[in-house]
Amino acid sequence: MGTILREMGRFARRNTLSAIGGVVGLLIVFVALAAPVLSPRDPLKADFRRMNKPPDAQSLMGTDQVGRDTLSRVIYGARTSLFVAFSAVILGTTVGSLWGVACGYLRGRFDLVSQRIMEILQSFPDLILAMAISMAIGTGLQAVIFAIAITRIPFGGRVIRSVALSVREMPFVEAGRANGASSFRVMAVHVLPQCIAPYLVLATTHLGVAIVIEAALGFLGVGVPPPTPTWGNMLADSITALVPPWWLAFFPGLAITVTVLAFNLLGDGIRDTLDPRLSPGFLRLVTGAGRSAPAAAPTPLTSPAAKS
Amino acid sequence: MQKYLARRALFALGTFIGVSVIIFLVLRVIPGDPLVAILGAEGHAQMKPEDRVRIMADLGLSAPLPVQYGRWLIDIGAGRLGKSFFRGDTVADLILHRGPISAEIALLSFIISWIVGLPVGILSAFKPNSLPDSLARALSILFIAIPGFWLGMLVVLALLFWFGYKAPILIVHFWQDPWQNLQIVIGPALVLGLAQGAYIARMSRSCLLEVIGEDFVRTARAKGLRERLVVLRHALPNALLPVVTISGVLLGFVLGGSVAVEQAFGVPGLGRALVVAVIERDIIVVQNLVLLYAAIFVAVNVLVDLSYAWLDPRIRYG
Repeated sequence: MGTILREMGRFARRNTLSAIGGVVGLLIVFVALAAPVLSPRDPLKADFRRMNKPPDAQSLMGTDQVGRDTLSRVIYGARTSLFVAFSAVILGTTVGSLWGVACGYLRGRFDLVSQRIMEILQSFPDLILAMAISMAIGTGLQAVIFAIAITRIPFGGRVIRSVALSVREMPFVEAGRANGASSFRVMAVHVLPQCIAPYLVLATTHLGVAIVIEAALGFLGVGVPPPTPTWGNMLADSITALVPPWWLAFFPGLAITVTVLAFNLLGDGIRDTLDPRLSPGFLRLVTGAGRSAPAAAPTPLTSPAAKS
Repeated sequence: MQKYLARRALFALGTFIGVSVIIFLVLRVIPGDPLVAILGAEGHAQMKPEDRVRIMADLGLSAPLPVQYGRWLIDIGAGRLGKSFFRGDTVADLILHRGPISAEIALLSFIISWIVGLPVGILSAFKPNSLPDSLARALSILFIAIPGFWLGMLVVLALLFWFGYKAPILIVHFWQDPWQNLQIVIGPALVLGLAQGAYIARMSRSCLLEVIGEDFVRTARAKGLRERLVVLRHALPNALLPVVTISGVLLGFVLGGSVAVEQAFGVPGLGRALVVAVIERDIIVVQNLVLLYAAIFVAVNVLVDLSYAWLDPRIRYG
């Protein structure tokens, strides 16, 4: 325990911003988990005596067109948004990573075909692919999770494949093979553990993207359907009014921004710490001590391609 | 070079066909009965069986799936993109009428992102860890995190409060009235451009810093060149390639992001047409528009690849 704390302390000193991001992220997760205790009112209960009220002492973030408390809805929205984002990222990155391990280890035709499939999946703008999938399988919590997860698969696949490609040449993997272990066993016992660090990096860096896609889907009316509050569908609700009340448009979006910011900062720090391939020293090692060929720059783990 | 071009084009064509297969699988095979997908289970149940058969045949949906897929490909080749289930407009009309607005937004946002992002990145790299650098980095982290559609909503709200802004209802093309047209596209382009600019600033800063540490830059400094020339003439050209790459990847984000941002601004572009089609479950329209968006993305990636050879003389394709 002491070591973990000391490690965390070192991480915080080196990456102050990421540590702040991590703390804020944890706080938001806590708020989401403790929503029933923390939210001042029922997020679904309409109160027709208090419709369209600007923020005041009774409801700190105002009320919406049917008198529901915005603060409570933002807090409950954290639940849905985080649940969707976490599930989608874990599902997509895990499937992608396992696929990537198989590609990198087995190589050959399987790898070739898989790489083409992933490339094709990456040829869609994320949000548009997610929209199409969630339309096809029906909007709902599971559909949204599934749709976002699919857009995350190729990222996991490509990054982990490159890790597996280099790990498979290492002596201990060869020793495993020489001992007569099956491909499956070598992959599971020897290759997979080496992929954990890049997996964690990938998962954290994609959390922010997943939250934005979820919010965008909700905003466009193809996400988690009302009355379940999500940050995205609250924003969509707010612009149905002719003159949208500012608090309805402001607070849910602020929640999205703060959450994405926190996870992005945390992800940046974790990447700098765990992924040696992106550190300058290693770059020089790969590209030769002299001039670095820019074309050999490593593929960044983070996809910027999914913001909306 | 020509051989490379041909190979690259063939590769892109393969990707395009793969993309169309995925779209077909997602939109036509997964939902099962396309009429259920279009009308919903209740609407479907209310219909008379003979109506169902007639409409299915009318839409060409009763043929076996592989035949339907083949027909779709042939139709695309011939430029027949089908028409909306709910309105009379053909998809081709939709693209011709609304496409220019979205294309303008994408192009303008691309230009804005370079105009804003590159100078900021260069300034940051000039004096790393100085006050302007920290400010620039904080702003780029912020703009990467803010969802474009929310920023768009806030801009619209502010304009509404102070200037009585109204969402454009009619499409005004650039060749009809440039000034009016600019008013429609500038908002979305600015929001999307700033977010891309943030990535470009970040990328160009880190690439420049890496190049500045190299020997040839030290040589340039040692021979007494002014710092400005060292950075702009010697370092910058060698740092640009990854920035171009990221700019190409960012186009995927503009294509996706513009859909939500157009919705926020109420701009009647192609993105909004796609959203309406998705909500109405207008499968033919969705299918062709999604294909169009993916095709543009594939084409841009080819262009980015080709630009490498142009930007970096060390890269020659045989």
